[in-house]
Amino acid sequence: MTLKDTKPGMVVRIDSVGESELKQRLMTMGLIPGTRVEVLNSAPLGDPIAIRLRSYNLAMRRDDAAQIEVTQVQ
Amino acid sequence: MSALSVALTGNPNTGKSTIFNELTGARQKIGNWPGVTVDKKVGVIEHNGRKISVIDLPGTYSINARSQEEQVVSDYFKENKPDIVVNIIDAANISRNLFLTVQLMEHGIPLIINLNMMDEAQRHGIKIDMAKLEAAFGMPVTNTVGRSNKSVRKLLDVFTNAVMSNYKPSKLIADHIERIHNIERSGLAAAKIEEEIISARYDLIDKIMQSAVTVNAAGKTLTEKLDSYLANGVSSLVLMLAAFYLMFQIAFNWIGQPLADLLGGFFEESLAPAAAEAMEAAGVADWMQSLVSDGIITGVGAVLSFVPLIFTLFICLSFLDGTGYMARVAFVMDPIMRRAGLSGKSIMPLVMGFGCGVPAIMGARALDTHKDRMISILVTPFLTCNAKVPILMLFAAMFFPDNAANIVFIMYVLGVAVAILAAKILGTTTFKGQQSTFLLELPPYRLPDIKTVLLEAWDKGKGYLIKAGTIIFAMSVLIWFLSNFNSDGMTKDMNESYLASIGSASSKIFAPQGFDTWEAGASIVTGVLAKEAVVSTMGILYGADELSTEDEDIQNSAQALLSTNMAGAFTPLTALAFMVFTQLYSPCVTALGTIKKETQSWKWMGFAFLYTCAVAWVASLIVYQGGKLLGFE
Repeated sequence: MTLKDTKPGMVVRIDSVGESELKQRLMTMGLIPGTRVEVLNSAPLGDPIAIRLRSYNLAMRRDDAAQIEVTQVQ
Repeated sequence: MSALSVALTGNPNTGKSTIFNELTGARQKIGNWPGVTVDKKVGVIEHNGRKISVIDLPGTYSINARSQEEQVVSDYFKENKPDIVVNIIDAANISRNLFLTVQLMEHGIPLIINLNMMDEAQRHGIKIDMAKLEAAFGMPVTNTVGRSNKSVRKLLDVFTNAVMSNYKPSKLIADHIERIHNIERSGLAAAKIEEEIISARYDLIDKIMQSAVTVNAAGKTLTEKLDSYLANGVSSLVLMLAAFYLMFQIAFNWIGQPLADLLGGFFEESLAPAAAEAMEAAGVADWMQSLVSDGIITGVGAVLSFVPLIFTLFICLSFLDGTGYMARVAFVMDPIMRRAGLSGKSIMPLVMGFGCGVPAIMGARALDTHKDRMISILVTPFLTCNAKVPILMLFAAMFFPDNAANIVFIMYVLGVAVAILAAKILGTTTFKGQQSTFLLELPPYRLPDIKTVLLEAWDKGKGYLIKAGTIIFAMSVLIWFLSNFNSDGMTKDMNESYLASIGSASSKIFAPQGFDTWEAGASIVTGVLAKEAVVSTMGILYGADELSTEDEDIQNSAQALLSTNMAGAFTPLTALAFMVFTQLYSPCVTALGTIKKETQSWKWMGFAFLYTCAVAWVASLIVYQGGKLLGFE
């Protein structure tokens, strides 16, 4: 499953960040394999999405989220 | 003893600017870092008879030189060795904030780690053991409470030459640095090395978090509750429109405009006559009197009277930004902006473009990528700024009395439509292949610090004041000269002036659009200096007395002008073509100057001028010729 396929309220763990131009920026923002991520909400048209990790909220586009492999924890 | 130098560094949204403002008050200087459009803020204070100079480095998540801000911070630490570096940390968001801390430690920069907003962290169930954190890094740890002056002033007592002398990086940090060196020497690909290093940093952070921080699950935070309305579903769009509507009401109807009218009235009714009287009494030459009254006071006054409006708008925007709401606006608008080839973050500068293009162009510097910045800057001039409104209102009232409001509305929509189209075209041609990205922290909602809001608004708005004193001053003198002189010297008849010659020469290119009178040409030329000048030039040239550009008086102005030659000079169709042209053509000189400053390029400024004029010329041509084909007049 990728972060793009998640639904609001889900809690997932990052397996891999995936190759993309954003990779290093995403990692700098704390998206490291093993990090726990809570899926919050999405903008009116379902994109971008908001997630919560390391006690803060981050917004990203679904296309970028599609690169991030995750496993559902809750 | 020389001044003690202190540098503040930290992530965005940590309250760093508030701490800086609290430390330095109004005794701060804001300039630019060389070569980039990033603010450089420095303040000098005296504490216990000791001079302390504080520098506020731009907020960054790391120092990898991926953005201008990161480049500035990274260069600063390469070139300077401040006595004290304070790393401001949002305690409620400590894990990600420590990334920068670890990176700074790797560069061998000794730090005071200051935990800000400890109160908020506690509400979120985050407890930080400061002693353990100090031991983990081997660096002093202090704390401050968001907006408490006292807790920030306490930092001043910490700033002494000796403060760092008893500290040295812990074994944990030394081991980490060793690990980083090993990764660097591993011979892997550069990108892989960088990723390994980032992972290693978070490894260390997770270790430190385990020993010094406890996170208890707190219930839903206020931010999450608010976001379920403000950044979720259809309600977010409705509330966003309401917020912007309220802001424009405050700026244009409740506070800004009334103050602006008051100031404008003062210039016209008090200062101008008083100056005229004084000059008369002193026996000043006629031409000098005319220059001061008709040229300088009128011209500079017209711009100065906008100052309250601009500042009110900036205070509202700084306030909204300080609450964290602007990040939600970008979030909600991203899908729409993306379709136009922009990022959600572009919405902030573009919204300002409906007030004034100058702050809108300056606001583009907050955008992530070169592409987003350039496109935002280049499409802003198409939007209907405050100064274009009188042109639209006047022409609509004169030539479309039954449909005036609809025509004005259509012009607004035309501006937006052309801006979207231009963004799309620029994005797929000139800036093709460059990425537009959207990765944005949604900071918790906070009540902004009023001092910070005001200082920020002042900083952004003072450029407008400077413009009134410099460019507009010079332009007022120039217009006065052009409209009062010809090659034989001073002339009373404006029809004989240089301005008339320029107007008739420039009007030639508008023959295909049907409005090729010298008056129209002259208005368009003066409109480049300031859009407000289009209506006032028309008024002067067609011999109506002083025309007001205020909404409620537009009807009167339209009536007055209908009795002049102007009624015959335009047909409804040529009037419409003229409105389309003025809606879209060149930004005013101040906006052009701002484009030059922000893009650091004469070339882009020239491009902005030429392509907006070309678009306006073609669009007005289509309207006129198309209208003629359809049988309109």
